[in-house]
Amino acid sequence: MKGNEALAEAAIRAQCRCFFGYPITPQTELSAYMAKRMPKAGGVFLQAESEIAAINMVLGAASTGARAMTSSSSPGISLKSEGISYLAACDVPALIVNVQRGGPGLGGIQPSQADYWQATRALGHGDFHVLVFAPASVQEMVDMVSRAFDTAEKYRIPAMLLADGLLGQMMEPVTIPEPSESKCDKSSWAANGHQFKREHHIINSLYLQPDDLEKLVLERFERYELVKANETDAELYLTDDCDILLCAYGASARVAKTAVNSARKLGIKAGLFRPKTLWPFPVKELNKAAESAKVLLDVEMSMGQMIDDVRLAINCSKPVYFYGRTGGAVPVPADVLEEIKRLGGEL
Amino acid sequence: MTTEILLAGFGGQGVLFAGKILAYCALIDGKELSWLPSYGPEMRGGTANCSVCVSDEPIGSPVVTFPDILVVMNQPSYDKFINAVKSGGSVFIDSSLVESECDRNDISCHYLPSTTLANENELRGGSNMILLGKIIKETKIFTLETVKKAIEKVVPPAKEQLIKNNFKAIELGMSV
Repeated sequence: MKGNEALAEAAIRAQCRCFFGYPITPQTELSAYMAKRMPKAGGVFLQAESEIAAINMVLGAASTGARAMTSSSSPGISLKSEGISYLAACDVPALIVNVQRGGPGLGGIQPSQADYWQATRALGHGDFHVLVFAPASVQEMVDMVSRAFDTAEKYRIPAMLLADGLLGQMMEPVTIPEPSESKCDKSSWAANGHQFKREHHIINSLYLQPDDLEKLVLERFERYELVKANETDAELYLTDDCDILLCAYGASARVAKTAVNSARKLGIKAGLFRPKTLWPFPVKELNKAAESAKVLLDVEMSMGQMIDDVRLAINCSKPVYFYGRTGGAVPVPADVLEEIKRLGGEL
Repeated sequence: MTTEILLAGFGGQGVLFAGKILAYCALIDGKELSWLPSYGPEMRGGTANCSVCVSDEPIGSPVVTFPDILVVMNQPSYDKFINAVKSGGSVFIDSSLVESECDRNDISCHYLPSTTLANENELRGGSNMILLGKIIKETKIFTLETVKKAIEKVVPPAKEQLIKNNFKAIELGMSV
């Protein structure tokens, strides 16, 4: 199964019953799979008239307590950003999938990781965050879906799965989990039918009194602190004795891992830190991984965006170098290895 | 050990399908594998290529830049990839559509007029499978039995004739 299709099936098995989308390469197989499967699963598949319509349908459906999602690729995500800000402001959990492609603008259709800043900093206007998960294999495209829904519902924060064209298009062996149920009780806020047996639940994002709005934002940021303390996740690979620590997520982490293995064969002590959550960024995990490292090498399919978080996490205590390709080009392990060798020579 | 395979040709020649068969062969043999297509407009009549990695270890980058095995089904793909093949690697060329002959002596080149062979044997569109047959004969990467199982997995049972034709094309490729 392609990554896009596997993700769609995993969402259905995670009891997502509302999918709203608009086609865009390299994400289209996800919507196409949903179009085929969702009606048979008793859910709603709707191809909206635009990305903006789709995200607002997600807002509507998720407000009733339903598990709802949308998926797109970079330019489409920019269009959705207004709706994502509203989801965050309404404390409505939902899942947004970004199968990234090259940018800015319409950019290209080949794999990219140039939306890191957008995903972790600026998915819309206002003071807010969304949970950002970064799969690096088709299996993780699957496993992170129910996790993203569960975490989003637990904290009432929208979640994004930040993949890329490479993960979406590739096939790998994958085990799809058995259907699971949401354990989250939404009865305290879901705006669904209640036959006048309780007060109305109002979902709103307009607060004209600064004091009211500030209070809500502060409460939300208290939740963000809980998320930061409890929900970070990363893979540490050969980091115990490493001199050079590579930092990479998603598809570029696969390239980096191959380069780390090649470096080890040459006797260079390289290791890999791979964040699985990008927001919250795994700060303590990175510090642990970087304990023995003398230098860090950040590898991305962009001009260098996650590198900011890497530097912040270690408080600029060690030199952090960068290697990346952008515009849809995927780095080659041999080129990353050259960078490792160059840094190894400087140690 | 990792074997990196790159298949390249025009859209419609079955490059992605042949890659998919190889990927399923790896799955049947219990290997780690990845399959990555080129996608987008080039799939629709332009040049299409497909990376397949088969390994005993988890696969890092699924993008094949320097293949151990290259399959070329048209001239532009030949021109683009022939010099990328790893030393000691193998190349399988549809000589009905590729005119060039390789002057590299560190790789083994196999020329096969697979499109012509397919047409002559009422296997139109089976050029990809003929080349695949030649690959398993020359490299022994998979057995004929594994390839047949893979075809049965990928082609829906309702299209029985298609399964038979694919078997025939594989066997034809193995016999030349």
